[in-house]
Amino acid sequence: MQAFQYSQVKSIDVAVGANGKFIAGGTTLVDLMKLNVEKPAALVDINGLPLDRIESTPDGGLRIGALVRNSDLAWNADVKQRYVVLSEALLSGASPQLRNMATTGGNLLQRTRCYYFRDTNYKCNKREPGSGCDAIDGFNRIHAILGASEHCVATHPSDMAVAMMALEATVHTRGPKGERSIALNDFYLVPGTTPDKENVLEPGELITYVTLPPLPQGTRSHYLKLRDRASYEFALASAAVVVQLSGNRIQHARIAMGGVGTKPWRSKEAEQALQGKEANEHTFRAAAEAALKPAKPLRDNAFKVELARRAIVRALQVTTQTA
Amino acid sequence: MRKPPDTELLEPDAEKPSAEPSSPHESSSLFGRFSRRSFLTQLGAASLAATTAPLAHAAAMTPAPAADIDGKVIPGAVPVALKINGQVHRVMLEPRVTLLDALRENLQLPGTKKGCDHGQCGACTVHVNGRRVNSCLSFAVMHQNDEITTIEGLAQDGELHPVQAAFIEHDGFQCGYCTPGQIMSASALLKEPIGKEDADVREAMAGNICRCGAYTNIVAAVQQARHSA
Repeated sequence: MQAFQYSQVKSIDVAVGANGKFIAGGTTLVDLMKLNVEKPAALVDINGLPLDRIESTPDGGLRIGALVRNSDLAWNADVKQRYVVLSEALLSGASPQLRNMATTGGNLLQRTRCYYFRDTNYKCNKREPGSGCDAIDGFNRIHAILGASEHCVATHPSDMAVAMMALEATVHTRGPKGERSIALNDFYLVPGTTPDKENVLEPGELITYVTLPPLPQGTRSHYLKLRDRASYEFALASAAVVVQLSGNRIQHARIAMGGVGTKPWRSKEAEQALQGKEANEHTFRAAAEAALKPAKPLRDNAFKVELARRAIVRALQVTTQTA
Repeated sequence: MRKPPDTELLEPDAEKPSAEPSSPHESSSLFGRFSRRSFLTQLGAASLAATTAPLAHAAAMTPAPAADIDGKVIPGAVPVALKINGQVHRVMLEPRVTLLDALRENLQLPGTKKGCDHGQCGACTVHVNGRRVNSCLSFAVMHQNDEITTIEGLAQDGELHPVQAAFIEHDGFQCGYCTPGQIMSASALLKEPIGKEDADVREAMAGNICRCGAYTNIVAAVQQARHSA
């Protein structure tokens, strides 16, 4: 690991003006620094910032500090009761130890698990812009079927962000130019020709909070994660569904997928296929077909297309069956 | 561009007995006067003596004076105070030294094990402020205000922690390398809101890999500790 300058900050103002890469839980960054994938010259430790609380908002939503640990968020009473999909997504990710360290802001910014990104012996446009992509013609079983480009096919690894996508979360930041709020749906970038640019954050800009809007009365939600092991593994395909029924008719539906996209992938096509329809297997299957219609599988990951469809169908069944 | 080796700080004398007062538990009657580590260290020194100059032997056997740990200034190192098992340790560490490496190589607390060094195996699990974390994925310098507990500090007043006793009773190990991490993980689990079933324990212990496959006995040990807690 390369040596770096280290500093701690106690105020957001100082953090935003500090020169260096922010470190909070460290579960992604330290890992990648050991691999020489990340080589920051300076680290700014933001663990001392007052951003570790979960609070109700006046509109009935939730405001989550960027430093709230994944385990605290997953076990928060409000989250468990009102935002089930988020609690389930968090508890399906990583291990208890990692969830005790990983933060809300850091989880949103975690880097891909693409083998070629993590190994500096290979070409990777995300790690080294312009060097090429060894994944496209390599072992790409775990890679993206949605949102990829000829420059990058790496998936976004987060479960939490997928749930937040379906919950229509907003990311709040403070940067050198002041504060701003960004819909999570607009936060991530698809790789295009610049896979190294994964989100809209600018240099020195710090995630301070994530807010969740209140959900319509009687809304149910669920996160289903499919993977090679029963636990402690990244998703091959996952589905976050948020549904409100009126009788057996779907009044409100939000669908997002993990493990298949170059970013946490919300499917408005699937949502449209559900809106106003009877909640039954036929409707769910039509929504799943719509969600995966844009899919472009690579050599080794064609199975993900049907896996993701089934994840959506099953998640919708589980969410609506006891409603 | 070649990176400097991670072990740059870890000169051979890092393995020498420390002049720092060692953990009270390390030398307690619980584990006898000789730990496995001290035995192996002396064995290594003895074999070194058999093959190299006597001077090397003397150097290897002489405890480092306190200044070697407390006063040595390494370029880039900063003073770090860590509260481990109730005792404050002051050391000079480069910011890139992980909590795991600081424990093992600088503070002579090698009970915490290095497995994958990437947060994937759980061998390095310790408690920070009562919660289990992977010490390999955290820099020591980030823990100056924290209460850290390692496997060396789990037994209290000569009494094994209930999880330690349960692991012995249920033979929750084979080679033993993952065991400190398993026990630290399980002892933190007792305070977490997880379900009662064996499947809940398996899920909650998923961050600790046992390549010997002692899982059945580990689950039994954890369940016994939960019932007795």
